[in-house]
Amino acid sequence: MTRTYQEINEKIASGKAVVLTAEEIIDYVDKRGLEQAAKEVDVVTTATFGPMCSSGCFLNFGHSTPKMRITEAWISDVPVYCGIAAVDVYLGATELRHNDSANMYYPGEFRYGGGHVIEDLVAGKKLQFFGLSYGTDDYPRREIRTMFDIHDLNQAIMTNPRNCYQNYNVAVNTSDKTVYTYLGILKPRMRNMTYCSAGQLSPLLNDPLYETIGVGTSVWLAGARGLVYAQGTQHCSDVERGDNDVPMEGAGTLALTGNMKEMHPEFVRGASLKGYGVSLALGVGVPIPILNPDILRRVTVRDRDIYGSVIDYSVDYPQKTGKVLAKYSYEELRSGQVELNGQKVAVSSMSSYNKALKICNLLKAEIEAGDFLLSQPSQRLPLNQGMQSLEIKGPAK
Amino acid sequence: MITKKVYLYFPKSETEKPIVCELIRNFDLTINIFRAKVTPEEEGYLSLEITGSEEHIEQAYEFLNTFDVVIHAGNKGLHWDSERCTHCGNCLVHCPTGALHFTDRSTRTVNFTEDKCIECLSCITNCPFGVCSSAF
Repeated sequence: MTRTYQEINEKIASGKAVVLTAEEIIDYVDKRGLEQAAKEVDVVTTATFGPMCSSGCFLNFGHSTPKMRITEAWISDVPVYCGIAAVDVYLGATELRHNDSANMYYPGEFRYGGGHVIEDLVAGKKLQFFGLSYGTDDYPRREIRTMFDIHDLNQAIMTNPRNCYQNYNVAVNTSDKTVYTYLGILKPRMRNMTYCSAGQLSPLLNDPLYETIGVGTSVWLAGARGLVYAQGTQHCSDVERGDNDVPMEGAGTLALTGNMKEMHPEFVRGASLKGYGVSLALGVGVPIPILNPDILRRVTVRDRDIYGSVIDYSVDYPQKTGKVLAKYSYEELRSGQVELNGQKVAVSSMSSYNKALKICNLLKAEIEAGDFLLSQPSQRLPLNQGMQSLEIKGPAK
Repeated sequence: MITKKVYLYFPKSETEKPIVCELIRNFDLTINIFRAKVTPEEEGYLSLEITGSEEHIEQAYEFLNTFDVVIHAGNKGLHWDSERCTHCGNCLVHCPTGALHFTDRSTRTVNFTEDKCIECLSCITNCPFGVCSSAF
């Protein structure tokens, strides 16, 4: 039994597609059997919601009178990158607000930054734009200060170099002092542990060998119709995998883009990580077409079949030793407690299963209503790609 | 015997009076102070749990009303904004009393039970989305 993208899209357009979430499909296949379910189900929706630091957006402000070629600019005091055309800027999610004391008074609070500006933009809030320039013959204006919101911009295009990490480290702290990380506050002597994955709902864990998710795949990006525009940065598919081909560590990533004017503020949330910095939590949904029984079998992956590797963020992560303390399934992690070296450790998540489930259902409803068609990738993500380290070399002679 | 959570606001005029001491002495109440910020010449806040007979608590409220103290019944010292919560559950391991917990394990929906909160404020430090905030 096989299907094509075109056949699935025809069923979606006619409102007859059978769509299940990555959670529902597990029981469904258990009851109906793989072959029968493969005949019946057209699409399975996957999703994730969590902090994704490698996110940002291109904004176009339109031209003032007289015109200005902006060289330095701030949105609500958060610096934006101006090394592109006259009134285009790029705002990164982890950018700190000008004069933020960062970790000078350790641990810093990082209450507002790039991720929060992006949240406020999507929420339609009024923000302050301040820009400077050296002035040219064709762009004479040298300073601008104005209030604006997302509707005043010509374009607001979210462009994220790395989202949807296939799997992720599980963090613990074996030292005697608290460490502050992008995986939250880790208490000393392994008093807590943090993971960050939607597990059985997560897009790339349901398509471990990138058979349907590739460059050109249509995605649900915080409610907007988005796109995978490239392999994500640090895409590293050549890693240890289980018998089900599911990676035990980070592995694949996606570069995503989408129109911020179509996004829903519930799924675009600035994050303040104490002692670490600012980030952006984002909701992403990816539909998986059930082209054949093999693809269906992979989307029935459960939390108990997906393993995360525990890394010590007090030493092994910062010093890049590569040491893994233990591996646990997401079922064990989600239980809220695991045993590590004879010690019971409380576990919590940075990724929201609740929001991921909500996104799976929202995307399911859009596909069922015929509003979201699937797209066949134009390029497959690399399958056996490693990741290079940065070697520190001497000054050039 | 009943137990009530109360959050009191003391304007500058009342910060030097030994009000809590009188609550214990005159109304036979057991007082458990969660958090206090009362300094002379400044306004102050006091978050506490009062245990005693219904009648005594009633009388204590009347006594408090003779001052300029503002009484907030319930857990007003710590606010959890359900609208802003993303339900990641990262706060759960930082909450020592289980006030923050999953109401539904299948959908992993976080909820906050005011009665269990002791206002340690660790959730404020931890939450990346600023969902928890303190009244003082």
